[in-house]
Amino acid sequence: MNPLRAIRTTVNNLLASGAGLIALAPIYIVLANALKTMADASSMNVQPPLAPQWGNFSAVIGQGKLVTAFSNSVLYSLGSTLLAVLLAALAAYVLARHRSRRHEIIYLLLIMGIAVPTNYVTLTKVMQLTHLIDTQIGIILVYAATQIPFDVFLIYAFVESVPRDLDEAAFIDGCSPIRAFFSIILPILTPVLVTCGVLNILNVWNEFLMPLYLLGNSDNWPMTLSVYNFFGQYESNWAFISADVVLTILPVIFIYIVAQRWILSGAFSGAVKG
Amino acid sequence: MNRSTEVAPDTSVLPGRNLSPHGSASHPGRYYRLRNNYPTWFAVGALLLYGVFVLLPSLLGLGFSFTDWSAYSTDIRWVGLANFAAILQPNSEYVGAIENTMIFTIATIILKTIIALALAVLLTSGVRRLAYLYRALIYLPALLPMVAVGIVFKSILDPDVGLLNSTLRSVGLGVLAQQWLTNVSLALWSVIGVDTWKGAGYIMVILIAGVLAIPREYYEAASIDGASGWQAFRYITLPLLRPVIAVTTVLNLLYALRVFDIVYVLTNGGPGYATDTVYTAIFNAFSLGQWGVATALSTVFLIVMLALGFVVLRVIRRQEVAYS
Repeated sequence: MNPLRAIRTTVNNLLASGAGLIALAPIYIVLANALKTMADASSMNVQPPLAPQWGNFSAVIGQGKLVTAFSNSVLYSLGSTLLAVLLAALAAYVLARHRSRRHEIIYLLLIMGIAVPTNYVTLTKVMQLTHLIDTQIGIILVYAATQIPFDVFLIYAFVESVPRDLDEAAFIDGCSPIRAFFSIILPILTPVLVTCGVLNILNVWNEFLMPLYLLGNSDNWPMTLSVYNFFGQYESNWAFISADVVLTILPVIFIYIVAQRWILSGAFSGAVKG
Repeated sequence: MNRSTEVAPDTSVLPGRNLSPHGSASHPGRYYRLRNNYPTWFAVGALLLYGVFVLLPSLLGLGFSFTDWSAYSTDIRWVGLANFAAILQPNSEYVGAIENTMIFTIATIILKTIIALALAVLLTSGVRRLAYLYRALIYLPALLPMVAVGIVFKSILDPDVGLLNSTLRSVGLGVLAQQWLTNVSLALWSVIGVDTWKGAGYIMVILIAGVLAIPREYYEAASIDGASGWQAFRYITLPLLRPVIAVTTVLNLLYALRVFDIVYVLTNGGPGYATDTVYTAIFNAFSLGQWGVATALSTVFLIVMLALGFVVLRVIRRQEVAYS
């Protein structure tokens, strides 16, 4: 290998590992300090924890209402995702298959929601009128509604690639539309449904603003709101705050490791395919 | 209603997608138009949720924008354009919030795109070994909850004990140590920096997909012709990535205009109104019970987003790159 090329390769590798380090450093800091004593964690430095304080986790779980918040987050992300993906698949399927003028208008109206911002102020009014404000079912419905436009957009593009022969064969055999959808179409849509599902779960898990407007009762708070509140309460105890943050990001990192393939394909299909 | 979808009564095996006999053995002579197999009611559930929780609030918002709706009075009166006049008054906090949002949006789009582009090229051609691992690591911050990221950066940017300033001091660059989040002219840029740290990896991942879609032969031909690495980037990679960059710009734009979490956690709009954005301003007006003003600001924002939405649709529709 010629020396110039060797130098260039070394520089490139240094740059790449530098970027990786910058991406990782804050995550490392929070992991390390979550295991320190309150005094050691006060400056949130990069020193590794010498005597890991595993008790920090059980302490914050007890003090921060984390069990409630965690199960709320699981309920909201799974509930709204199942609802949104199912309704979006039903809609995207008929809208993509039968392109009447009415269906085209419905499709455009739905995907307009990718750009239309939620009006949180009047949404609280709607939630009061429907008695859904500060309820778990209410926030699940709202989250599903906000995920639907993007899901319809992704699933619609996928349906276009599924040959019509399949549904037609089912109809000729006497399948009803709903039965053909559930037994023939839905299994074929699995890849795009999983992609939508994973992205929706992450979106809802990370969401912060909606509960700030809609959920007053702390028993209904998800992880994001509870960790923020905890941060305000224990302002100087960075060991506890770090432990709480770790518990909030751990599920995300877990999903990332397990479902990386779907997350990446979602990032591409949302952007590159169009 | 389309005539051609009607079925000739004597057809037994029906070619094409227009026709479909339904149970012709048990119900001879009963034929269905194809459209009955794709009934509109399938879309009703999605439409209903979206209509009630997204469209209806937006439409109500248009109406309430012209009222003095607030927490202090039960009757709601029509005030015409008063809310809009209050928002767009020179030197109002809202004009500042709109300006900050624009600065944030433009700066994050430029920073994320440049950084992501450099990383995408680096990880597709500069680095072979571990490129996959680097990609996964650099993408990770994009998936984390913004609240958690904000809390961690609040400690990193602490002027006295924070990691950033203590690192600067320990390498003899103490003069560069700053009051990152409390200096009026610096706070917005600190927020921009944190947001870029978090979001660049997502854009990088999309751009990597774009780079990998460019056929290798183009680069081989260029290198046979003696093109340098920079020339290959300038005349092959960049022009062929343009449609992908258009899409990432749209994604960045839609995200950045709605920025809330990171500002709320890091500075809560302060110091003063130095980092106030449209969404934090709406939330503050809402919290103060000034619902009419908050709604009017949301309406202004809706109009901006709809206008951008049309541009977005046009951009997305032009996004097919053909390699023939």
